[in-house]
Amino acid sequence: MKNTAKKIVYLDNNATTMVAPEVVEAMLPFFTERYGNPSSMHDFGGKVEKDIEWARHEVAMLLGAEHDYEIVFTSCGTEGNNFAIAGVLSYFPDKRHIITTRVEHPSVLNLCKKFEREGYRVTYVPVDRLGRLDLDVLFDSVTEETAIVSVMHANNETGIIHPVEHIGRYLRERGVLFHVDGVQAAGKIPIDVKKIQCDLYTISGHKFHAPKGVGALYIRRGTRIRPILYGGHQERGRRPGTENVAGIVGIGKAAELARKYLPEEERVKKLRDKLENEILMRFPNVSLNGAKDERVPNTTNVGFEYIEGEAILLYLSEMGIAASSGSACSSGSLEPSHVLRAMGVPFTSAHGSIRFSLSRYTTEEEIDYTLKVLPEVVERLLEISPYWDNANKRPREIKV
Amino acid sequence: MWDYSDKVKELYTNPKNVGVIEDANAIGEVGSIVCGDALTLYLKIENGIIKDAKFQTFGCGSAIASSSALTEMIIGKTVEEAEKITNRDIVEYLGGLPEQKMHCSVMGREALAKAIANWRGEKVTEDATHEGEIVCQCFGVTDVLIRKVVRENNLKTVEDITNYTKAGGACGSCIHKLEDILQEELKLQQSFTESQRDAEKKKPLTNIRRMQLVNETIVDVIRPILQKDGGDIELIDVDGKKVYVALRGTCSHCVASTVTLKNLVEAKLREFVEDDIEVIER
Repeated sequence: MKNTAKKIVYLDNNATTMVAPEVVEAMLPFFTERYGNPSSMHDFGGKVEKDIEWARHEVAMLLGAEHDYEIVFTSCGTEGNNFAIAGVLSYFPDKRHIITTRVEHPSVLNLCKKFEREGYRVTYVPVDRLGRLDLDVLFDSVTEETAIVSVMHANNETGIIHPVEHIGRYLRERGVLFHVDGVQAAGKIPIDVKKIQCDLYTISGHKFHAPKGVGALYIRRGTRIRPILYGGHQERGRRPGTENVAGIVGIGKAAELARKYLPEEERVKKLRDKLENEILMRFPNVSLNGAKDERVPNTTNVGFEYIEGEAILLYLSEMGIAASSGSACSSGSLEPSHVLRAMGVPFTSAHGSIRFSLSRYTTEEEIDYTLKVLPEVVERLLEISPYWDNANKRPREIKV
Repeated sequence: MWDYSDKVKELYTNPKNVGVIEDANAIGEVGSIVCGDALTLYLKIENGIIKDAKFQTFGCGSAIASSSALTEMIIGKTVEEAEKITNRDIVEYLGGLPEQKMHCSVMGREALAKAIANWRGEKVTEDATHEGEIVCQCFGVTDVLIRKVVRENNLKTVEDITNYTKAGGACGSCIHKLEDILQEELKLQQSFTESQRDAEKKKPLTNIRRMQLVNETIVDVIRPILQKDGGDIELIDVDGKKVYVALRGTCSHCVASTVTLKNLVEAKLREFVEDDIEVIER
């Protein structure tokens, strides 16, 4: 097999995205011409402040925030998630209970594990076979002790959208602080923090065509939270450190574009559905991981049985296609992804799970090319597999 | 992304010897679909020479490459030559493997050992090469395999053991056991180098030195191993190269006690003291 594609077919947009050309253009002046420090007294620096405030307004609009000052710029999604949870816990040292889910991003899970080691109680809400949260467990575990509930808006591996509005309403009535990790939602679905009734909402620039190294945290007016970094007065002292001006302008521009191009997601969804339906139809031993509805429009996660995910990725990569896998081998750990395990996906297909994530730059030709290449890849790996009977084109009996 | 060598890339994109040998007279199967990698090795052995080898692998790129490398390395070799191949040799053939992927080479070596045992007509049960106690429940890794891999690859940390055998890589509940095994092996290595140093002096052992060494080996090496299973050993006498011992505890009425005597006690004494020591039970 040889890569005949002229350029890479990038179907790994949940990992990171291309920086939009408009974003690059908007950022460029801030490197060599308008490089002043916004905190400076002279005009050269001071005027840059206006660009930061413009970006803040754009991000506030993207999230549906009431006030621009509810947006704090951060360096990434991980920082936003850490800031939200650790910042709230630090304000309420007597509240020793955290509620989160088993399918969160490591920047939430590993932080919660740290607090667990320090004596906090953490409830990890389970999901069902389709990746949907067990809301009864979530609601029943709320107590006076609960400092914060942290739930992701959309899951990075399956694209499943969690019912954050439903959760938000319940928690607001009980006065429990609610953080939503919206890293995988921004740019893919409409976001309205007022409707969600959350107090904190994390986004990360590079997941929606801004560069890596910039993110934002929405902090609802009046939310009790302490900073996790201490220093100067930047971001009203909530996130000190000289502003990443170019990055902030970049995320502002990306937020503006995300709103403008949100209708494009309909087209992305059609392409995703085409890819997914064809895969499910053409291959007999493939299943969809996660619920079909209630998903972000760009993500599909399918499990190929009898072949292994990393091998599929390597073969796809040879053909110029970039995707990702929840298999053990590709993760560097020795177990399949925690999300697929939480869902109870059988190991036989978890090891062969592949995530394709599209973006508004994905074209129909790219999807067609992928659909053309995929059968060759699967066929070749089945040939190598001890679990596949090549003579009779059917699986062998498996000893587990 | 893994930093695979060109050879690994070449072999996972174009693996050699993929498939089944219908009239194979030696088959070795390792791993399982649940563990995330599995290998079935088919050999055609004629007059003690491996005439043909084919494989089927479920696993990542490095697992496919390791399997392909193994088949290329053994075709044309005698069984005895093939048996000498270690996972190190496979890694070298591949121009290196990322640390976390070393277990792929171990899997190749295991499949070969199983296939050869199968050819010799040795009973191939689920764990023919796996005799011993399962240490890692998640991946079904035994202490025997772990010890072998630690020795062959000169491993120094528990993390190494996980990279090479996968043991401890999932739930992590066996990590303290891995630590114990590693410490024992490191201690063995140490006393081994010490005894080597003694041997290098090339002086024939005096009676008193032999007795000291026998006693030290029993106390430091043999007894800890037996005590793990609730057994014990007592040194009764040393007469020239004859060592008289008594097995105690669970060993005293164990049906395998004669095996223990030969394979463990005598073997260790020959290794650490003199290679013509004879052990006699009292």
